[in-house]
Amino acid sequence: MKAHWFKKRSVIPGFGLTMGFSLLYLSLLVLIPLAGIFLKTATMSWAQFWETIASPRALASYRLSFGAAFIGALLNAVFGLIVAWVLVRYRFPGKQLVDAIVDLPFALPTAVAGIAFTAIYTPNGWIGKWLAPLGLKVAFTPFGVILVLTFIGLPFVVRTVQPVLEDIEPDVEEAAAILGAHRIQTIGRVIFPTVWPALLTGFAMAFARAIGEYGSVIFIAGNMPMHTEITPLLIITKLEQYDYTGATALAVIMLMVSFVLLLLINLLQWWTTRQQRA
Amino acid sequence: MTSQSSTISIQMQSRSISRRVRTEPFFVKMMLIILALGFLGLFIFLPVVVVFTSALQKGWQFYISAFREPEALAAIRLTLLAAGIAVPLNLIFGLAASWAIAKFEFKGKNLLITLIDLPFSVSPVVSGIIYVLIFGLHGWLGPWLYEHNIQIIFAVPGIVLATIFVTFPFIARELIPLMQAQGTEEEEAAISLGANGWQTFWRVTLPNVKWGVIYGVILCNARAMGEFGAVSVVSGHIRGLTNTLTLHVEILYNEYNTIAAFSLASLLTLLALVTLAAKSIVGWKTRQHIKNAEKISEEKAS
Repeated sequence: MKAHWFKKRSVIPGFGLTMGFSLLYLSLLVLIPLAGIFLKTATMSWAQFWETIASPRALASYRLSFGAAFIGALLNAVFGLIVAWVLVRYRFPGKQLVDAIVDLPFALPTAVAGIAFTAIYTPNGWIGKWLAPLGLKVAFTPFGVILVLTFIGLPFVVRTVQPVLEDIEPDVEEAAAILGAHRIQTIGRVIFPTVWPALLTGFAMAFARAIGEYGSVIFIAGNMPMHTEITPLLIITKLEQYDYTGATALAVIMLMVSFVLLLLINLLQWWTTRQQRA
Repeated sequence: MTSQSSTISIQMQSRSISRRVRTEPFFVKMMLIILALGFLGLFIFLPVVVVFTSALQKGWQFYISAFREPEALAAIRLTLLAAGIAVPLNLIFGLAASWAIAKFEFKGKNLLITLIDLPFSVSPVVSGIIYVLIFGLHGWLGPWLYEHNIQIIFAVPGIVLATIFVTFPFIARELIPLMQAQGTEEEEAAISLGANGWQTFWRVTLPNVKWGVIYGVILCNARAMGEFGAVSVVSGHIRGLTNTLTLHVEILYNEYNTIAAFSLASLLTLLALVTLAAKSIVGWKTRQHIKNAEKISEEKAS
């Protein structure tokens, strides 16, 4: 067996084959194509690049994409925590079914979610027709975008918080209660600090997922430039007008944001596992 | 005897105290359950119901006729084809990558895991564009491909590539932690008993990660069949030729052919529900598998 400088010796065979194939597949399908988009940007002049990414229409699209994703992730943090709590702590009929269905946004194609939400919230839809007389418009406004982005990110907070809640030892809460803590104090001072890193991780994941979302949003947004146009749609619009450089510049911005969020999520996960071990 | 009964009563008392201090008043409990169920009802249950009622609003006849359209059938075929290529390729990659990562110690392992996860954090639209920039007519290889009469973008190969990209990490990220948890002892034992690498893989490793493989394949397949953004960029939306099921739903919906759009959408919703059911069953099986393994190791220890 050949000893590699970067690898410990092992009696198990197949390292060269599996590692070689993995690296080749990863490079050809993911790394080289991703690097290509940065190379393409490098062929633009700085002024050209800046003009595209800082145009009023692009800025308006960032506001909607990031703003709606943020509010959606915030809604998920609040309700996801409640859902996780209810699933871990309480018993009620149909609990297992509810637990299973939380993952639906992962399994349901986004386009299906998009047309379903639009059907519910248009002025003659099931909920839209009750909101219309009140002067509330949801479909084809930023509110609709917030709704579908909440749907898209729904499982993340539940699934990151749930295992942490399950791992909390009963002793800790009992000790707090015996030492005279009120239930609200126990939750605020004992449970919440334990759950906090996981909650933040789930929030960041939901936010990251929502920023890039395209399929569900385009049906309900109405897609008016400057008003209800998300950044991924603006990229597609530019592509359809054969403005490849413009599309690439915006795509690079989105990629950079994704990478920063990925780094942040990795740091948060590291913090979560450290917190759990402590 | 008396001391025994008193410890039992103390135990029972402490258990009831524990139950009391670890829960909330009844009305708080009810309120939280109602909030949770209300949230899930509004965001998950209602959209599913709306898909089926919209599809069936004019009865079964209209519903079924939506599936008789040749373009719908072509879209279903293309979706099956794309998933049929993407899922096996990502399965082979997942098995190879998890073998390399879990069974060996080498430098840069964490970086490699992060790189494998990368496609999850890329917007679907961006996933499509990267291939357009390479294989599109104005892309790097575009002119060469055009000369040789090979079309990738706005054709089936582009759709397959985009599907592979967005489902890339699914199986690998299920298998890597699973194989890492199982360690290398069993494989080392098999090798020292004279098995070769392939025998060890087929007879020892694969049976151990069987449920993880099924779990990953289910999730990978659901995403492959449901992908919209990435395939939308590379497809060119040629009806009957490069429209997947999700893209065909979009076209029908934009043409105000609501019943047909929701009928095809109901097929995708059924797929999602079946995926969730299969996922729950496999998750339950895995937990049992782990429990059994723990029981056996406990018995061995005692």
